[in-house]
Amino acid sequence: MADQQVRDQIIDLVAEISGEDEVKEPENQDVDLFEAEVFDSFAAIQFLVEVKDRFGVSIAPTELEREEMNTVNKIVARITERM
Amino acid sequence: MDFYTEPAFFMLLLPIVGIAVVLGLAQKPLARYGFAVSVAMLVLLFSRSLASLAFLGCYLLLSCLLMRWVRHLFASKAPHAVGWYRVALALQIAPLAVYKVGVVFDPSFLGFLGISYITFKAVQVLIETRDGLIEHLSVFEYLYFLIFFPTFTSGPIMRSRKFAADIDKPLSRDAYLERLYRGAGFFILGAVYKFVFSAMTAWLMWFAPSVIGTSTAGSFVLTQVVYALCYGLNLFFDFAGYSHMAVGVGMALGIEVPRNFRAPFLAVSIKDFWNRWHITLSWWLRDFVFMRFSAAAFEHRWFKSPVAVACVGFILNMTLMGAWHGLTIPYLVYGLFHGVLLALCELMERKWGFYKRNHKKRWFKVCSWAVTMVAVFFSLALFSGQVFNPVLV
Repeated sequence: MADQQVRDQIIDLVAEISGEDEVKEPENQDVDLFEAEVFDSFAAIQFLVEVKDRFGVSIAPTELEREEMNTVNKIVARITERM
Repeated sequence: MDFYTEPAFFMLLLPIVGIAVVLGLAQKPLARYGFAVSVAMLVLLFSRSLASLAFLGCYLLLSCLLMRWVRHLFASKAPHAVGWYRVALALQIAPLAVYKVGVVFDPSFLGFLGISYITFKAVQVLIETRDGLIEHLSVFEYLYFLIFFPTFTSGPIMRSRKFAADIDKPLSRDAYLERLYRGAGFFILGAVYKFVFSAMTAWLMWFAPSVIGTSTAGSFVLTQVVYALCYGLNLFFDFAGYSHMAVGVGMALGIEVPRNFRAPFLAVSIKDFWNRWHITLSWWLRDFVFMRFSAAAFEHRWFKSPVAVACVGFILNMTLMGAWHGLTIPYLVYGLFHGVLLALCELMERKWGFYKRNHKKRWFKVCSWAVTMVAVFFSLALFSGQVFNPVLV
């Protein structure tokens, strides 16, 4: 898969789980998702399960600190570096 | 000798912390020293019950064996590794489970002070070893993590990876000083909580009912409310006081101990409350029970909607929390009550349009805070058993 395609799919997944389409806007991709109440720990776990399903990337619930995965850009980086 | 209550403990703390400060300022590693004083302090803690000390020794041995076994299972990709891992997990939890059931029938059932907390730490290590997150934890590091005396009896519950990173990385003089100053602040605040405010509220718990009385319906209700308020505040000042002091002593030994309380009576929702009250317990349960349950529920599609997963997860999680406090009606009802509240909170956040439109407004937060506090103090009256046995004078 091309990088851009993966990126779009990951962002779609974040939007799908949170129900917030604003995450797709380029200017929002460094916003702290937990502070903006887009994600909470429950949404995050739902997200990790889907990531394993769709991308075959397995990330354990306590593997990453929240600061390592709290923006769209960081999420994309964490997943793509494991693919 | 009891920790954080007896004068003897504080007398010993002076030279222990004094030597730690000298070592820390000289930028010497503190781990071996911390380990040695932890061993000595635990021997003193259990000086009145050698059976408990022996039990602790066996528990430590068991924990080390299980840790090495689980690591070996997954490192060597052994057949049926997951099944054996579950056996290891059951063995790790068994002493606590047997103890909790045992004390229901016989209050003097053999256990050791701190068994509840040490079990959390050991289980975290097994789970994260299975997840492949812990690759280099030596037996020394593991034992030191388990017996670290400042937090041994009642937390805060530390995480092994942070702990090991703290021992492995020697602190510069400035970094140690900075940690020491913060620790001193925690310790002083904790001492004031415990020896001033906890003592005051304990006195009020006894004094207020005796003044108000319970002879009329009105005075009965007022006494219950005042007592519940005093009890909640007393529990907070006592436990937060202890926790803050433990953080302070831990910091002097060079370990960044996580804080356990953050102004819980300012919480504007029950979820907010659990991010402020007994934080290390609630986050441990969130990470190792709630999240694992949720992940399994999504993977195996146990429920149709994510909200259902969250609600069932919360109720399971908090009922387990209640059971961990003790297998008695007040504790179990306390846990169940919080599980239901969290589930309702989740439903409200996801389904209630009015909430979505207004929850960031000031008036909503004020109302939400008031409702949360009523629920919190009521839950603590469940916890204390007051709801089941009202105060009578």
